[in-house]
Amino acid sequence: MHLLAGIGVALGGLLSGVLVVSANAWMNSPAGFLLRDGIATAVDPLAAMANPAWATEAVHMSLAAYAASGFAVAGIHAYKLLRDRENLFHRHALAIALTVGGTAAVLLPVSGDFNARFVAKDQPVKLAAMEGQFRTERGAPLRIGGIPDAAKGTTRFAIEIPRGLSLLAFHDPDAEVKGLEAFPREEWPNPLLVHAAFQVMVACGSAMAAVALFAALLAWKSSENLVRPPFLLAVLCCSPLGIVAVEAGWTVTELGRQPWVIRGVMRTAEAVTPVGGLALPFAFFSALYLALGISAAWLLRREVSKSPSFPAPADGTPVPETEE
Amino acid sequence: MHDLSFLAAGGILVSLILYALLGGADFGGGVWGLLGSGPRAGAQRLLIAHAIGPIWETNHIWVVIAVVILFTAFPPAFALISTALFVPVTLMLAGIVLRGAAFAFHSYHLHDEGGGMRRWGSVFACASLLTPVLLGVVIGAVSSGSLRAQSTAPLGASAAWLSPFPFSVGLLTLAVFSYLAGLVFLAATAALGAHVSLLLRSYPVARICAAAQAIVVLAGWGGAQYPFLVRPDLTIPAAASSHASLRLILIALAAGGVLLFPAIFLLFWVFKKEAVFGRSRKT
Ligand code: HEM
Repeated sequence: MHLLAGIGVALGGLLSGVLVVSANAWMNSPAGFLLRDGIATAVDPLAAMANPAWATEAVHMSLAAYAASGFAVAGIHAYKLLRDRENLFHRHALAIALTVGGTAAVLLPVSGDFNARFVAKDQPVKLAAMEGQFRTERGAPLRIGGIPDAAKGTTRFAIEIPRGLSLLAFHDPDAEVKGLEAFPREEWPNPLLVHAAFQVMVACGSAMAAVALFAALLAWKSSENLVRPPFLLAVLCCSPLGIVAVEAGWTVTELGRQPWVIRGVMRTAEAVTPVGGLALPFAFFSALYLALGISAAWLLRREVSKSPSFPAPADGTPVPETEE
Repeated sequence: MHDLSFLAAGGILVSLILYALLGGADFGGGVWGLLGSGPRAGAQRLLIAHAIGPIWETNHIWVVIAVVILFTAFPPAFALISTALFVPVTLMLAGIVLRGAAFAFHSYHLHDEGGGMRRWGSVFACASLLTPVLLGVVIGAVSSGSLRAQSTAPLGASAAWLSPFPFSVGLLTLAVFSYLAGLVFLAATAALGAHVSLLLRSYPVARICAAAQAIVVLAGWGGAQYPFLVRPDLTIPAAASSHASLRLILIALAAGGVLLFPAIFLLFWVFKKEAVFGRSRKT
């Protein structure tokens, strides 16, 4: 019964995540209606829900949630194991968290590739901003790092992999990639922020995938390897990366769509409430959530420090449930 | 098309009634917690926490459903209410967030002696006091006829809610919630104490009467509002979204109900049984 309820919670969480992402995907690729004189007509809610961006975004976000929570939890147990290597409770928990988070982390770059190829086709401005691509060119390079300078129209200090972008985005090293200059200036998102956020997401994702593959290799040789301090330290360092990558990912998809809130249909400036003085509620809710976040962190810390501290019996070990 | 929109509006009313019945008790619980004083205040709060503990998290479902129906089935009404009544709606939201968080944090401290429990307990109590008043204020303002829908976009926050009528509705809501809660806790006290059989017999009747009273008040309000969503400019059919959307919303509501009602029933059944046997809740 307990297990059944847990499965229900996990399924419910996954499903609600997938449906929420549908709304976001629709804002990126609106579908399911006709626009007549600025008013949506012939509304088809199911077509809107099944918009073209949904599948790639939902898969990516679901994997991201598992990777982020898996690594966050693994980090906590790694921290505990660094102090008490023999603790079976934490050993089991670490193995479970790494299996869930690691599998997702290895799949994320694959899923991200689908996202990037979809964006290249569907939202070329966003791709250009993500990659700091100002000029339209064939055989565009892949830029790692670098600072896009919108005023000068170039991305400086980036490591460029020749033809890398064309290859990744279109699976053809000579494909033409549209640059920001192909679009009117007032349609540009902020390339500096979008490029930076994209780099952060991919960097975190690469580190996590590397640690996950390494963990698989270690575990394949001997599960004892997983509790070696250097490895535990690496897991600990990766612990926050998933959450950072999720935030960066949302920054990419949201800032990358600006100045639109519903791409091509409604500008963000048109969507904002006519109520004035929004700084006040903004400050209020920020302070509220900050305070609640600190309290929650403090309580979680307390719960973690109360966790079983001695070798628990191998069978019937209580396993903490992780949720997105 | 009109029939569908009235069905959807009925869905809002039903979820508000369920919110008052099931959620009202735990709002009231916070208020009783505030009133409890003296040497037994701690014990009283513990009792309240146990009585509402297992079910309070589900209670927000109802207000979420009401808001989602309003948002999807009646977008113009949603726009008008959320902009014109920006201030009370935002404060109510803050109250709901604080209540939820305070209750969860509070229950981590249940067996501590320190200040943590008392602090979160008071936050919970104050938020419980404020939120129903604001809910009533919003309902009152929507019925008062002073919110005007502009032909174009709504103009921004209105001060129409700052008048005696919405506030009297707010106080009424608070009173109803506290009343419901009081009866629920009486039953809980009886169940936890020794004299179960004698007392329990009369409480169900009292509880059913109180519940009926709340239902009648809200259903009466719904009848008086009919056919308006927001008096006097937005009627239910005029504010409704497209036929296809309404149909889908109603299908989703029906499907959701099939899942939700047995689950809620199971929840109450499980925890009610526990209360009758007087066993404490496992954590
Ligand atoms: C490592 C290679 C990765 C690539 C190539 C990649 C690619 C992308 C792309 C192209 C988007 C934009 C989608 C859109 O706007 O339609 C995106 C969004 C996003 N990414 Fe990644 N990503 C990677 C790793 C990660 C990781 C490790 C996480 C988190 C653990 C993550 C979390 C997100 C989130 C939350 C979004 C926004 C929501 C969504 O579109 O699903 N990504 N990613």
